[in-house]
Amino acid sequence: MLATFKRHWWSYLAMAAFLLFLILLPTQLLGEKTSILILIGLYSMVTVGLCLLMGYTGQVSLGQAAFFGTGAYLSAILSTRYDLDPWLAMLMAAVATGVFAYIIGYPIFRLRGNYLAMATLGLGIIVWILFKELSQYTGGPDGLGGIPNFSIGGFAFDNKLKRYFLIWSFAVCALLIAQNVVRSRTGRALKAIHGSEAAAMSVGINIAQLKVKIFVLGAVYASLAGSLYAHHLHHISPNSFDFMASVMVITMAAAGGLASIWGAVFGAATITYISQDALVELGKSQPKLAELDVVLYGLILMLVMIFLPKGLFVSLRDAFDSWRQRRARKGPVT
Amino acid sequence: MRKWFCLLLAMMILAAAIPLAGCSESESEEPYKIGALFAVTGGNAPLGEPEKQLVEMMEEEINANGGINGHPVDVIVYNYESDAAKCATFAEKLINEDKVVAIIGPTGTGDSLAIVDLAMNSQIPLISCAAGISIVTPTETNDKHWVFTTPQVSVMVVQRLYEHLLTKNITKIALLTDTLGFGKDGKTNLNGQKAAYGITVTADQTYGPNDVDMLTQLTLIKNSSPQAVVCWGTSPGPAIVARNMATLGMTNIPLYCSHGIAFQSFITAAGSSGNGVIFPCGKLPIVDYLPDSDPQKALLTKYRDDFNARYGNGTANTFGGHAYDSLNMVVTALKNAVDDTPEKINSSDDTLQAVRAKIRDYVENSINSSGFPETGGFPGTAGVFNMSETDHNGLPKSCLVMVKIVDGKWTPAE
Amino acid sequence: MTTEVFVQSLVSGLTQGCIYALIGLGFTIIFSVTGIINFAQGEFVMLGGMLSFFLAKSAGLSVFPALIISILIAMLIGAVLYLLAIRTARRASVVSLIIITIGAAIFIRGIAGELWGADTVAPPFFTGNGSLSVLGASIHVQALWIIGTTLAVSIVLHLLFSYTVIGKALKASAMNRTAAGLVGVNTKSMSLIAFTVAAALGALGGVVIAPLSLTSYNVGAMLGLKGFVAASIGGFRSHAVTILGGITLGVVEQVTVALNWGPFKSNYKEAIALVVLLLVLLIRSRRLFEEERAS
Repeated sequence: MLATFKRHWWSYLAMAAFLLFLILLPTQLLGEKTSILILIGLYSMVTVGLCLLMGYTGQVSLGQAAFFGTGAYLSAILSTRYDLDPWLAMLMAAVATGVFAYIIGYPIFRLRGNYLAMATLGLGIIVWILFKELSQYTGGPDGLGGIPNFSIGGFAFDNKLKRYFLIWSFAVCALLIAQNVVRSRTGRALKAIHGSEAAAMSVGINIAQLKVKIFVLGAVYASLAGSLYAHHLHHISPNSFDFMASVMVITMAAAGGLASIWGAVFGAATITYISQDALVELGKSQPKLAELDVVLYGLILMLVMIFLPKGLFVSLRDAFDSWRQRRARKGPVT
Repeated sequence: MRKWFCLLLAMMILAAAIPLAGCSESESEEPYKIGALFAVTGGNAPLGEPEKQLVEMMEEEINANGGINGHPVDVIVYNYESDAAKCATFAEKLINEDKVVAIIGPTGTGDSLAIVDLAMNSQIPLISCAAGISIVTPTETNDKHWVFTTPQVSVMVVQRLYEHLLTKNITKIALLTDTLGFGKDGKTNLNGQKAAYGITVTADQTYGPNDVDMLTQLTLIKNSSPQAVVCWGTSPGPAIVARNMATLGMTNIPLYCSHGIAFQSFITAAGSSGNGVIFPCGKLPIVDYLPDSDPQKALLTKYRDDFNARYGNGTANTFGGHAYDSLNMVVTALKNAVDDTPEKINSSDDTLQAVRAKIRDYVENSINSSGFPETGGFPGTAGVFNMSETDHNGLPKSCLVMVKIVDGKWTPAE
Repeated sequence: MTTEVFVQSLVSGLTQGCIYALIGLGFTIIFSVTGIINFAQGEFVMLGGMLSFFLAKSAGLSVFPALIISILIAMLIGAVLYLLAIRTARRASVVSLIIITIGAAIFIRGIAGELWGADTVAPPFFTGNGSLSVLGASIHVQALWIIGTTLAVSIVLHLLFSYTVIGKALKASAMNRTAAGLVGVNTKSMSLIAFTVAAALGALGGVVIAPLSLTSYNVGAMLGLKGFVAASIGGFRSHAVTILGGITLGVVEQVTVALNWGPFKSNYKEAIALVVLLLVLLIRSRRLFEEERAS
């Protein structure tokens, strides 16, 4: 226990600092950007599941937004049409999404590489079409509104600040659990898979099962984030869960760093900031550029992946590590 | 080495965006700030792009003519890319960061519904450019006190069409709608209103937005022997439908479309098969046929000429007109009901809230025949508006006319 | 469902299917030679149609010169895409390459939207606006062009790959890159050629379809997806099966509409392509897996 603590002491310190930062952000530092901070928290949850899948199994899913969407829609439908308590609705949505991911996981994960990517892409689009078509339940293309707030007893999460803390509590828990997965036996097994499936199989690790488990975990995370999203915006529509949404999640994972939990947060923060804030601000001050926001987004995607294939966070971390190493080498012996 | 360079470059690009954000207000005169939310890209782009173009044009014109009561106006336009969630985020930005006095738009019904609660809770007037009546219909949780909309609502457009069909003794129709929001909304209303007008639907088909031809659907329709085909959708679908009907020799069955085809591009794309197509629409396409006494004529002529002059011949359309109407209402409210200076509004939240309320009150109480008695209401591109406490759309069915395409031109249909 | 409707659905399905086939061939060629899924393939189709329209309009070119120049421009863009984006990324992972091509697709689509606006355009028909009657169904003259072009392309590709040196080199790279490299094939050039040829095919498809289906800046995404399904049916290797797959997909879609039966109304037509995709991938998954392990 103490050994674990000693080995990871700096990460606990970093965690404490991060928590403090989270508390200060909406209250002291960036109050008006609370909405953006909430979105970052939500997308961090969706992305970290994808990071686990992509970074540790080397497999890519282009349909993550589908689980985000099922979490949002199921929770919304259950709490509006069937008047269920939002907490129960969120739980049921997560369970349903998890089961769904489990059922399709086995057949889908027989595929690999590009084929897996395309299967998940197809899946994501089918789910999106269902959101649009099953208008009796989902409200069709115009979406579903009137989604209630979460509440505990008499305390309702009826303003942004309260929801910020609620959502980030979930996000931090999700990140901590993910970190534990990474450091556990399962995590080391996952690292092994990315290395070599044959080797992993030869030491008795059941890869198929592991991949599906990670897939399901990612799906559940996305579902929870989706439910929180629905009860935050109070209105959802299918366009928020289309292929471009899945692309955005992948970009967040890739921009942050595929094999890194904190990279997921970093990536979510960066991409959310760019698409929701920076490009818009740029557009306001330079109106000509405003029209190019889509073009710039595509350009940024390409540039980040071409020049920083390991993602911004991991590249920064690597750079920091190599700087530390060089300093250590120079050290006392000159 | 390469990695460092790239990291540095990335950091610089990010860093450059931030200070740029700060230095937009270097003008000596503070402007009145109005917010606008349009879907300039994405699924609703054909509607959102002209809306944005109109706003830019109008803003320049107002400022060139001395602004509002001597103060410049700044319309802050955000493109929410047809994504309702982004629309909500940008709406918050407009309300809390940019501190605008009113919001015009969004482009789509779903997007508008996504922010009606926000408008209510923030107590800011929202003047939408979307055609769903649900936007202004009071519900248990939101009485829509703060929400208005300026297009003719789609259920009214359908009713106007059905009225016209009855005058032609057409009671059996086939529906052909697209699967996007606009088409689906049309289908719901077409089916919803048919009973009231004694119309029966012989075939109910749909097509996808990227379909190459609708020949199969039209053959099924032909076999159901309708008296007319009603096609509801935005480009390119209806143009292909018109061409396909000509290919199948369905020339004895008239084609009725929605106001979604009120673009020059429909006429160009459909070519000769577009002749004879009839659709309900605001008066813009047939403005030249209006009598000079029509209160909308001068306004529509100027709108069309200015838009075409700036953006190209034939580009003026009804969707830009909805933005015109919404913005015009806010500007008129500022002119007539608000004497607080922009400096005062931008510096005091209390004044900002008071001004928002004043604008809302003006729109509800004075954008009608009591505020504009000579014209019997507030003239706009969509019609003559008569807003009231119970009617936040303010348009009568008579603002819609039936337009027929004859020889590649819009003419009034009998 | 009457015979008339059924035959019409076959005819329309054939037309649409040929379009999917042409696009699918582009995917197949790039993938078989380089192992990359080019998400920007649909954008080449869009570029073909849009370029031919605007070249004809602003430069006053007639149909065939506009066609040739559009294809040449698209080939240039394809080559640039490969050189600047793909080759620069060197030994990037599958994920990186996927994101790069997605970024490229968004970029190209954005530029097209900027240059040409959001409006739909109707390029002129190649040989006029006539249509023929076949067994009670109508087929437009332009549709005959589509079918004819697809046929011509398949013959040309077959001849190219079987009888020319470059074609054989491409085929060799497709079968086994390492081995091809060992026998002196310049695999990097092969990748460049693959991208250029795929861009040309996409643009050709776009030019020949656009008069019939009309086009605008954002048609690339859906068309690309359908073409991808066709390519997956062909296993990303076999040209013949890709073409057959594309045609089958088109026919299945249209027959579904013709059936006009309860839940399977035309609404769900778009889902059909995806369901087919999933089925194909799942059925082929075993074989695909073994192939991946072998290489």
